[in-house]
Amino acid sequence: MEAWFALLVGIFFTVAIYLLLSKSIIRVLLGVAILGNGVNLLIFTGGRLTRGVPPVIPEGADALAGPAANALPQALILTAIVISFSFFAFLLVLAWRAYEELSTDNTDEMRVAEPQDEPAPPLGY
Amino acid sequence: MAVSTSPPADLSAALVLEPVAAADWLVILPVAWCLAIGALLVMLRRPIGLHPFIAVAGLAGLVAIDGLLLQHVIANGPVTMVMGRWLPPFGIAFTVDLTGALFALTAAVVALAGGVYSMADVNDSGRRYGFYPFLMLLMAGVSGAFLTGDIFNLYVWFEVLLISSFGLIVLGSEREQIDGAVKYGFLNLVATTLFLVTTGYLYASFGTLNMADIAQKAEGLRGTAPLMTLTALFLLAFGMKAAAFPVNVWLPASYHTPRVVVSALFAGLLTKVGIYALIRVTVMLLPVEREELSLVIAAVGALTMLVGVFGALAQSDFRRMLGYLVISGIGSILAGIAVGGPGGIGGAIFYALHSMLVMTALYFASGVAAQLGGSFSLSSLAGLYRRHAGFAAISLMLAFAVSGLPPFSGFWPKVMLVKAALDIGAWWLAAALLVTGFLTTIATGRFFLLAYWRDKADDGLAGTVKARIPAAILLPLVALTLLTLTIGLYPEPLLATIQDAAAGLSEPSAYLNSVFPGGVR
Amino acid sequence: MKSLIFRAVAPFLTSLMVLFSIFVLLRGHNEPGGGFIGGLIAVSALAIYGIACGVETVRRAIYFHPMAIAGAGLFAATIAGLISMAARVPFMTGLWIYPSLLGVEVPLSTVTLFDCGVYLVVVGAISSIALSLEERGGE
Repeated sequence: MEAWFALLVGIFFTVAIYLLLSKSIIRVLLGVAILGNGVNLLIFTGGRLTRGVPPVIPEGADALAGPAANALPQALILTAIVISFSFFAFLLVLAWRAYEELSTDNTDEMRVAEPQDEPAPPLGY
Repeated sequence: MAVSTSPPADLSAALVLEPVAAADWLVILPVAWCLAIGALLVMLRRPIGLHPFIAVAGLAGLVAIDGLLLQHVIANGPVTMVMGRWLPPFGIAFTVDLTGALFALTAAVVALAGGVYSMADVNDSGRRYGFYPFLMLLMAGVSGAFLTGDIFNLYVWFEVLLISSFGLIVLGSEREQIDGAVKYGFLNLVATTLFLVTTGYLYASFGTLNMADIAQKAEGLRGTAPLMTLTALFLLAFGMKAAAFPVNVWLPASYHTPRVVVSALFAGLLTKVGIYALIRVTVMLLPVEREELSLVIAAVGALTMLVGVFGALAQSDFRRMLGYLVISGIGSILAGIAVGGPGGIGGAIFYALHSMLVMTALYFASGVAAQLGGSFSLSSLAGLYRRHAGFAAISLMLAFAVSGLPPFSGFWPKVMLVKAALDIGAWWLAAALLVTGFLTTIATGRFFLLAYWRDKADDGLAGTVKARIPAAILLPLVALTLLTLTIGLYPEPLLATIQDAAAGLSEPSAYLNSVFPGGVR
Repeated sequence: MKSLIFRAVAPFLTSLMVLFSIFVLLRGHNEPGGGFIGGLIAVSALAIYGIACGVETVRRAIYFHPMAIAGAGLFAATIAGLISMAARVPFMTGLWIYPSLLGVEVPLSTVTLFDCGVYLVVVGAISSIALSLEERGGE
């Protein structure tokens, strides 16, 4: 079971890296989002997979009856999802603003902060 | 509440039952304090004029708390507090050793300087946009990253400081800033995601996220778990955060775009958090793998140094040159991590602390220079010495400090690093360190020559009018400069503390004892 | 939004949803629910009200600025953690008191305070985003 999930994580990472290498800012953003989901799946798989046994202690007992799903990866993923969602929202707005202000979504053409035709510095004192 | 029917379980196996000493609260207080002040500032929307005063008072309080924390750690060794009284490794632990306390205190000093500087630099619209709440939340993230003893918690603090830094970098929304923020934002997000990937692998192999637990379990897993892969991934993720070559391009693309005070804080705090995390993980958690990867780290360090300083030589913009100098400093720290041993690690920690203070002060100086000379660019910046001789003296001292010349704070870590590199026979690394120092002197000297000594051709006033610098700007600049001078002239107490810190990282038994007082589980 | 039915129903729907969100928040202590999901429900209530009656009405109705609400939530959550300092237990340890209100025992805890803080942070932060998006979409 874990092997199939590992393969799936690999596919997520492949797609994400392919998109990250693009020049268009929106495709990069999609790549980041897919990468985030791939990581979540990775953590989930890393916590080992168990079928359908929630880690809930039955009434009147002090410990779990038998093997149950690992609850920690779920907590980690929940945190990671909230964080990556908020970053996605921020970067989406940022990309939109960049498109408005710089009128391009091509990273090669975003050279306002590092202009190519700066005046040459003085050569002598 | 339902009454439990079964006999009461043995709570001492899961919970901290003894009362907590009041001094131990210093472990958590820096973070809680910053969060509380930040939240207060978010709430106070109307009296916007009060923001700077509350924030500066809050940061002064943070310096005091971190100072007490350092004193506590020096006196009693590493201190641990777990959230919600759950025993480690199940509860999230905050563990502070000397390294963490030193970094946290220096970061607080830098932030306080930035807070004072911002009183003159951040106008009403910046305040309304939320400069001060972002600053406090940034400090919560930075302090949390330095003080936590849990890898996933470290990731969370990275994200807290990253989201606040996003807020700070787009403050004002100039075209340049948006351009810089796009590159900063995307590449840093990829870096933290890589960190999360590594954390996932780490959890899959160790089954724990507590740093002390990882450190003691690493020995047993060395044969079976892919620890080399983990270390290499950590190196990439934290290297990207710290702007190490070849993943450094985001830094010079963005650090010169926001307000001066924001650049100064970023230069002082953000890359150093990456470096701190790298030191913590490679030296304390996975020392054997660091040893094996040392050649790679050394090569990366040497290249980072040289790329940084060559970039600085080529720039004709004050702040962009400083961006490259930040990178060059990161290279020196990486060289220390690669060499290892008390000299190497101590040198790396010392260099990081020195770099936090000096790079912040240099960015402040660039702001003052732009105010006096009207530009950041060398093509029009001139005659600063005539405008304000005292400021020129301060700038020269900072230039010496960043180049590693005596009697300033940059000298001693350079000596330690070069000596440590020569001790293990890595002459080429020592040579790279020395060449970098030499080239940094040339880069800053060239700048001083052109911007400070060259007379401004078209300015008849320059010779007669003495410029005035606001006290809120001069004060932090002078304070940081005096601090580097003091450390340079009288390094013994700091040096002794740093050597203890480095020893505590290489031999973390005190750290482990603090987390697991009952001994090894 | 022009629909008369929607405008007539929206206030009732909103008050019902806000009530439900508080129910979910308090229920979260021992059963599924909690501050995060409760906050999201409250935000959707405010969003519906905004679509029906305009963003200005919502801003007036909640009185405080959304970000100030989020700040208050963060403050409450931090205080909830710090209360344990007085009881000499580690940060964020749950502490309970059982005062009697009108003959009914009401369990109050720092955990609930923390959850209320989360609720306010979510309500404040997300409604701030939602309202500014609605403002722009309306023009």
